[in-house]
Amino acid sequence: MLVIVATVFPFFWMVAASLKTRADVLAFPPVWIFTPTLDHYREALSRVDVARSLFNSLIIGTASTFLALLVGTPAAYALARWEWRGKREVWFWIISNRFMSPVVLALPFFLLARALGVLDNPWTLVAIYLTFNVPLVVWIVMDQFRAVPRELDEAAVVDGATPFIAFFRVVLPLATPGVVVSAILCFIFSWNELLYALVLTRAAARTAPVAATAFMSGYDLPWGEIMATGTMIVLPVIVFALLVSRHLVRGLTLGAIK
Amino acid sequence: MWSPRTRNFFLAPAVIVLLGVGIFPLLFAVDVSLRDYQITKPALGFGWNNFANYLQVFSDPYFWGSLGRTFFFLILTLPVQFLLGLCIALLLYRKDWGFLRSVARVALVIPLATTPAVVGLIGRLIFDSDFGLANWIVYLLGGAKVTFLGDPNLALLAVAFMDTWQWTPFFALVFLASLTSVPHEAVEAATLETDRRWDLFRFVEWPYLLPGLTAVLILRTADAMKLFDLIFVMTRGGPGSATELISVYTQRVGFRVFDLGVASAMAVLSLVVTIVLARLYIRVFYRETE
Repeated sequence: MLVIVATVFPFFWMVAASLKTRADVLAFPPVWIFTPTLDHYREALSRVDVARSLFNSLIIGTASTFLALLVGTPAAYALARWEWRGKREVWFWIISNRFMSPVVLALPFFLLARALGVLDNPWTLVAIYLTFNVPLVVWIVMDQFRAVPRELDEAAVVDGATPFIAFFRVVLPLATPGVVVSAILCFIFSWNELLYALVLTRAAARTAPVAATAFMSGYDLPWGEIMATGTMIVLPVIVFALLVSRHLVRGLTLGAIK
Repeated sequence: MWSPRTRNFFLAPAVIVLLGVGIFPLLFAVDVSLRDYQITKPALGFGWNNFANYLQVFSDPYFWGSLGRTFFFLILTLPVQFLLGLCIALLLYRKDWGFLRSVARVALVIPLATTPAVVGLIGRLIFDSDFGLANWIVYLLGGAKVTFLGDPNLALLAVAFMDTWQWTPFFALVFLASLTSVPHEAVEAATLETDRRWDLFRFVEWPYLLPGLTAVLILRTADAMKLFDLIFVMTRGGPGSATELISVYTQRVGFRVFDLGVASAMAVLSLVVTIVLARLYIRVFYRETE
């Protein structure tokens, strides 16, 4: 019981604050019983940058996840089905991209993006997020491919299919659960990312976490709006995370977070 | 089974993408770390400067301060998260509460899934000096109002508290998964030998926890070296530099002072530290497993 309360409480407190009137948020001692209001959500969404940043996060997360799957699943297939010298090294190199600290890469990405004129462009983030999404896909999906019996795709090839057809028609459909889990985790990591987004976006491509930080200056903070924004940022992630909670630990053991 | 050419077709897209977005920027960072690269002073001409950036970093007390703070933060949070996580895992593993246990598992996922930047927002809300919940607890205990995030000594503790909230569930879930992998036969055999819970834990369950523990320690250490979101939102590294861990400091030098050469040198150095620490953990913990 205590465990449940301790883990859920801070989250609950944020949601509660987002539903309180301004006076109730600022009350001391804290108000526990209040009439909920959705005003803060309306205010937050009527600010164009909050609505747009949520939309940006959605687009960037989806696109980067899709591209990671596009290049990651074939690589996972190669690693699951072929044996060759140096395979372990290739595998380890792919995975190790995930351990890279964003602080190390943020600077060169900033300089490169500036030189190429693609600062504040959502596609820049889509590409950069591949550094942590592709390893994740390769790792999880490779595991899943291994569980698919070799005989199945070999039989398809004997029947005249090219390896590509065998991959798309036979193996990939059987590995759908792993692909879905890796996709959801990719989306979550992209959605949560702050440092790259902070450094590489200004207004047009600003993502939701960056919008959340933008509130935190000045003295008279709009707490209700801030917490409404926070809740809107977190809610989709929590829903997704609960969907894959069984696989979440394995995905995170690969290198959190961020 | 099929030709290596076919294999390369499958492998190539991922390799090309990762070379482009992974290796190339890293090499670029190493190169920049060896140059005068101050965006605000283009007159310097971005030439190589014989490791001057590294020398500057080594003689910079703020760099050592932030690195020391990072280790202090690790020493502060790791044991707490480890012990709490272990207790939660043993609790959820032992008791057959069925429904409550599955609710607890779901509850554990919530902090993990919460966007770190938003954890920072929640931290600001809870530790606010005027209406924060932490202050209310101090008040109930009979204390005077405390400005948690404005006090250099308390700010880092507040950050550590939020970090612990977010990551203890991770320890718990990993340990829970490891405990589930302990074979029943081993537990039964051990219960015949001894009825002390501690012996069972020390000699039977503990060895199964080690691999997971190693992975978690490596990850959490690497995370502390790159911890940014939470601190940036909660305190911006302040007050003063009280919560400025290594990555926050690197980001500040890079993007507020705009000395990218020095910032890159710091980034490369912290990468080296992370790798060394990871190797160290693996050596220490795997030796004990043998």
